[in-house]
Amino acid sequence: MNKHIEIIKPKRSLLDLRLSEVWEYRDLLFMFVRRDFFASYTQTILGPLWFFIQPIFTTLMFVFVFGNIAGISTDGQPKIVFYLSGLVIWNYFSDCLNKTANVFVSNAGLFGKVYFPRLITPLSIILSGLLRFGIQLLLFVSIFIFYYVKGDIVFHLNAAILFLPVLLFLMAGFALGLGMIISSLTTKYRDLAMFISFGIGLLMYATPVIYPLNSVPLKYRYIVNSNPISPIVETFRYAFLGTGDFSFMHLFYSVTCMLIFLFAGVIAFNKVEQNFMDTV
Amino acid sequence: MRKKSIVVKNISKQYRLGHVGTGTLKNDFYRFWHTIRGKEDPFLYVGTHNDRSKKNDTDWVWALEDIDFSVEKGEVLGIVGRNGAGKSTLLKILSKITAPTKGEIEVHGRIASLLEVGTGFHPDLSGRENIYLNGAILGMRKNEIKSKLDSIIDFSGVEGYIDTPVKRYSSGMKMRLGFAVAAFLEPDILIVDEVLAVGDAEFQKKCLGKIKNVSSDEGRTVLFVSHNLGAVKNLTTRCIMLEHGKMVSEGEPGKVIEDYLKMTTLPENIFLNQKRINEFWGRDIILNSISALFPIGVSYFHFSEELIFEIGFCIKNVLSESLRVGCTISTLDDIPILSLITGQIIDASVAGQKSYKLCIKNLQLFPGTYKLSLSIGLGSFQESRKEYDVVRDALVFNIENLSDSSNAVFNWIPGYGNILHRDASLDII
Repeated sequence: MNKHIEIIKPKRSLLDLRLSEVWEYRDLLFMFVRRDFFASYTQTILGPLWFFIQPIFTTLMFVFVFGNIAGISTDGQPKIVFYLSGLVIWNYFSDCLNKTANVFVSNAGLFGKVYFPRLITPLSIILSGLLRFGIQLLLFVSIFIFYYVKGDIVFHLNAAILFLPVLLFLMAGFALGLGMIISSLTTKYRDLAMFISFGIGLLMYATPVIYPLNSVPLKYRYIVNSNPISPIVETFRYAFLGTGDFSFMHLFYSVTCMLIFLFAGVIAFNKVEQNFMDTV
Repeated sequence: MRKKSIVVKNISKQYRLGHVGTGTLKNDFYRFWHTIRGKEDPFLYVGTHNDRSKKNDTDWVWALEDIDFSVEKGEVLGIVGRNGAGKSTLLKILSKITAPTKGEIEVHGRIASLLEVGTGFHPDLSGRENIYLNGAILGMRKNEIKSKLDSIIDFSGVEGYIDTPVKRYSSGMKMRLGFAVAAFLEPDILIVDEVLAVGDAEFQKKCLGKIKNVSSDEGRTVLFVSHNLGAVKNLTTRCIMLEHGKMVSEGEPGKVIEDYLKMTTLPENIFLNQKRINEFWGRDIILNSISALFPIGVSYFHFSEELIFEIGFCIKNVLSESLRVGCTISTLDDIPILSLITGQIIDASVAGQKSYKLCIKNLQLFPGTYKLSLSIGLGSFQESRKEYDVVRDALVFNIENLSDSSNAVFNWIPGYGNILHRDASLDII
């Protein structure tokens, strides 16, 4: 019974991540995911349908504003399919980032009363986001098939579709890493929490969500290309629609950035986790 | 020698008052620069003691200072202390919610802490789902919860509402459910903080019983913080007392609780100036001192003997009538036991400070700790009364049982039994 000896010390080493402890608490991880999923639509009439309504209406708005009024190119693809493809993957990122960035502040009540590996909470956000992404992907695929049957889309099955899990992993990594960096800093400096809500909105315009990369004038293209999220959105589109940028170089850049963010995020999170109750 | 369960080595915790961080970004970098080179934090050298009533010149405060103790396996350790003495900080460090500033703690086994019951309950989920959620938060595996689900629901006594969302529960029901989950945790060390504040008498008794079982039958270690001194005395095997962030007393529960009571009883000068609830009280006549005249050499009254107190009061405006003194004895949790009144025999026709001895006879309070409230005025229980001054909780005193040297029959169980007071009287001697 007393095999387990633990020493509580003022400061843990930065790399002491206690991942084995996270593994011990894996049931809690799934419990959180379940809770987030079911609790998000209790007492609603439409229930899980809400997961569809938000992207549908946003897409329609994009079609109207960016497609019809502004007349931005959609690379020859049907507007609805084009915008929805960008939105589905972008939403996953922005939802996760937004929630992860506020994880300490919004869970202060819970964290202040009981100990469990804090890393569980951001991980559960990423996972429940994945669930929502899955549902929205279903929506996208059905609309995609509809247009395919109609003959508006030429679908070439290409190997890029195999990259889908990698793309998700990349998006999750970015949201988690960046989110944890921001959440660690917001425990002390709340300014960042203010920034994050509109920062995500701004970042969307620097990512080819509402426009294809190849419609960006060459002299500005480096801006979009320097955004490590861009290749993810472009590859996602390429996988389904066959248009868009697919380059291993750009993906490799994404992977590198993601690993750096994730590493920095986990370390920052691990450091703040021990004492954040004193400052939050 | 028994196995150690927790060894706390010189734990200190520093907080900054009113601010977050070290105040400026510059100080943050300064601190970071020092720590990154492996040097000591430059801000550790400032700081003052933890005293809630005094204003300090520095912003740094030591919420805990050099706390050093160990707990053996199977022990129930009580932690007592006034508000702000550092009890909760200590528990937070033990339950890994926040890290200590200095020192280290060795923990043998799995800790579960109940700083609050029902932590993480989601209002929209049903009671059953929340049992799973709460259990998982407290560190239980899913299968473990599943196997204990029926016992948990049974213990909680909310079977009828188990599939209703928790937001429809009363606060007592929530707390029942929360405690039920916690009661079936099987940690090596259980930390309980003042969780029994809600819940009805029946459930409180159930909880205390469960805590007792956890230590005596299952051999687990329990750390128990409560202001309910009765519960502390009954449950614990050893106590520590914190005051201003320091450990000031340690040992037998009875002894530590006595130390605590001595400290918390109103000092004479506060008693004198204490603001009265009614503005007329203390205007013409003011009660200004009381002390217990214990038998020689001890600091408690004997079970079967008379209780003698010395009171002092000041007559500011003379009265033609004679005054009487009244007193109410209540338990520590403010349950009044009885009120007594003297005859109207105190002459108030001369202004100035007076001192009298009060004697309570034929009152057999069972051993324990009691509070005494005091009043001075006119009238009796049968006729209309007028109080000139009332001081609530003027004094705390202990009754002890010295059964070894007494022929009286003592077969009461702590917490039960009769108070013989049919013939009790209050007299001035």
